Amino acid sequence: MSIIQTLTARPWTAGQSRLDYLYAGSAPPASTRRVALRIFLAVVAVLFMLLLVAYAGRMAYEDWRPAPQLRLLRANTAVLMLSSIFMQVSLYSARREWRDAMRTGILAAGAFTLVFLFGQMLAWRQLGALVQFDFRNPAVGFFYLITGLHGLHLLGGLAAWSRTAARAWGDADPARTAHSIALCALYWHFLLLVWLVLFGLLFSGNNFELLLKLCGIR
Amino acid sequence: MEHVAHDESLFVGPAETPEMELYHPKTFVGKYIWSQDAKVIAIQYALTAMAIGFVALVLSWLMRLQLAFPNAFSFIDPGNYLQFVSMHGMIMVVYLLTALFLGGFGNYLIPLMVGARDMVFPYMNMLSYWIYLLAVLLLVASFFVTGGSTGAGWTLYPPQAILPGTPGSGTGILLMLVSLALFIIGFTMGGLNYVVTVLQARTRGMTLMRLPLTIWGIFMATILALLAFPALFVSAVMMCLDLTLGTSFFMPAIVSMGQPLDHAGGNPLLFQHLFWFFGHPEVYIVALPAFGIVSDLLSVHARKNIFGYRMMVWAIVIIGVLSFVVWAHHMYVSGMNPYFGFFFATTTLLIAIPTALKVYNWILTLWHGNIHLTVPMLFAIGFIFSFVNGGLTGLFLGNSTVSVPLSDTLFVVAHFHMVMAVAPVMVIFGAIYHWYPKLTGRMMNDAMGTVHFWGTFLGTYAVYLPMHYLGIMGVPRRYYAISGTDFIPDSAHSLNVVITVAALVVGAFQLLFLYNLAWSYFRGKPSGSNPWKATTLEWQTAHTPPRHGNFGPELPVVYRWAYDYSVPGADDDFIPQNVPPHAVERSVSGSEQAGGRSV
Repeated sequence: MSIIQTLTARPWTAGQSRLDYLYAGSAPPASTRRVALRIFLAVVAVLFMLLLVAYAGRMAYEDWRPAPQLRLLRANTAVLMLSSIFMQVSLYSARREWRDAMRTGILAAGAFTLVFLFGQMLAWRQLGALVQFDFRNPAVGFFYLITGLHGLHLLGGLAAWSRTAARAWGDADPARTAHSIALCALYWHFLLLVWLVLFGLLFSGNNFELLLKLCGIR
Repeated sequence: MEHVAHDESLFVGPAETPEMELYHPKTFVGKYIWSQDAKVIAIQYALTAMAIGFVALVLSWLMRLQLAFPNAFSFIDPGNYLQFVSMHGMIMVVYLLTALFLGGFGNYLIPLMVGARDMVFPYMNMLSYWIYLLAVLLLVASFFVTGGSTGAGWTLYPPQAILPGTPGSGTGILLMLVSLALFIIGFTMGGLNYVVTVLQARTRGMTLMRLPLTIWGIFMATILALLAFPALFVSAVMMCLDLTLGTSFFMPAIVSMGQPLDHAGGNPLLFQHLFWFFGHPEVYIVALPAFGIVSDLLSVHARKNIFGYRMMVWAIVIIGVLSFVVWAHHMYVSGMNPYFGFFFATTTLLIAIPTALKVYNWILTLWHGNIHLTVPMLFAIGFIFSFVNGGLTGLFLGNSTVSVPLSDTLFVVAHFHMVMAVAPVMVIFGAIYHWYPKLTGRMMNDAMGTVHFWGTFLGTYAVYLPMHYLGIMGVPRRYYAISGTDFIPDSAHSLNVVITVAALVVGAFQLLFLYNLAWSYFRGKPSGSNPWKATTLEWQTAHTPPRHGNFGPELPVVYRWAYDYSVPGADDDFIPQNVPPHAVERSVSGSEQAGGRSV
């Protein structure tokens, strides 16, 4: 039933009463967890959207100084993509009950995530070592803040990943394991998407005009 | 018009769905301290929120004493005064009202009213409370650190919030910011529970449009909070970094007390935008649960179905959406493009439409109702008065041209206290008197409750009505003491004394309320399971107070909406949601009057 149909129902009428009685009650736990994750991702999306708009809003001022570009970020992006791809491979395998491939996928996804986080920390160090480094420059502050928050979300994801991995190596119900991997995959793809937007618009250079137009500032 | 047929075959039973597995604690600590039961968590939230709210109430008395009797109290200096203002505001808005409405009422009522055993993620729900408690403790700790708590105003505007010279600009503001960030993390855990429980854990037959408006209000407010709190979270984190690591998100190049500071390039206006992107939805995070609860109180105690249920739901949704596009009306004096000012004034005034619709529907619910002037009903009617008064002065402040001269005067203080403090607090009191019997199995004392209502209602009017006049006169807010000004006559100072006396009297009436809470717990009249003869599921539990799991061996099945009061044809003047059509006792002649209604 669509939202419009739901909101226009007349619950006090006998006809609607019969329809309402067909509502079977609470959803299964798997569906509940999926809905919860989607709502949480919406909250995270708002968080990063606000940072993006704040960044763009600050860029619009004449005294804006862009942060120095780091080539390492391109490699990190590729690593995160690999992590997401392996998560998807794991999900594909779990749904077909290919246990070895599923385990390999999970392991690789986790390993590439750790490599990505290590790479981000290297990027932090590289930026700090540059001559142009000035912590008072808002662009530099934003870089550390945004990459830090993104990394923290991935770290939180790794906590869930470790439980999923334990399930994959234990004798858990295959459907339950596949469900856990599906949730992890959704989370990983989402954080990859967030990173691609952040990297593409904020940290890869030469996209300032596009960003300002997207945010309606210019 | 469709005629009602009481044909059992028309009701086809839905498929069975497995119930959630509950965690059953065996020790006292597991049941009442590290509890995963939403009802216990609700009481923990409510007690903590009321305790910290009482601290904020005492702070308001101290402010009022200073305003009425300037320089008479040696322990109140200008720095303290600003600290009282700041902590009073932040505690009341975030740590009391938000926590009590969503953490308190949300936890208690959502599972019971939707027919669920518990919240869908009880462990996360428990964590939510303990993180909230930690946030409160950090906030309280800020009173005792060197320099004291922050005195930056509840809006915490930089650069002054973290500049030397502002009270609590070191550890005080840091603790406030960390506390806010923790509060938001804790709330997100709880908020996910509230929303997902409403969406996924409703019992059989409980469609969204059969939900009581209390749940609609809490549900929508939680969605607003989940989407608005990230703005406060990022601004708190950014200001923390400006303060501790020397970044310049909000701090421009600035000379403080003759010394240039090591900041450059920050933008204070950015903070204001982020703060109010949270701050205005926050008004509705508090108001929407109040709207929902008051709708149910009016309906139950007027023995009449709520007028315009669907419109009430739509209004809640529309108000929620609009609340995200009005934030800059708090920033008219910060300077903005006149077109933006026009846009935000227009959206602000647009909110008046669904809000007025709700007010009309409340009044039309009372119209020709069988009104019982119980204590909850008195508070519900008191809410309508306070809210309409506060809403009308909002029309002045929503218009940029009128708002600018009234900015930073006591008119603003009077407006937002009427609409956002007195009105929701009226609902909180009404709701406590209404649901206390379900929590304890005892009624609250009626005489004390009535005295409490009149003292609070008349007292708050004595405080805030004259404050509007002071504001129009130009008396500024946040000032420690005012003297030597030509435009403020002596009579204004006399009025300040009156307001202070009224505020202290209102405070004393709240002590009566606390006494009533405690007295009734031991000596109150036994209430039975459904003392108000209400229809919603929380009143249909097998035990009062409800036990862990809420509903005994079988979850209730819902056959009707939440507002079957005084249904034509039915013998009783209420039909609970879980009573099947064939079990409704009715007279034959009455049955014919029922028309298209579901009986």
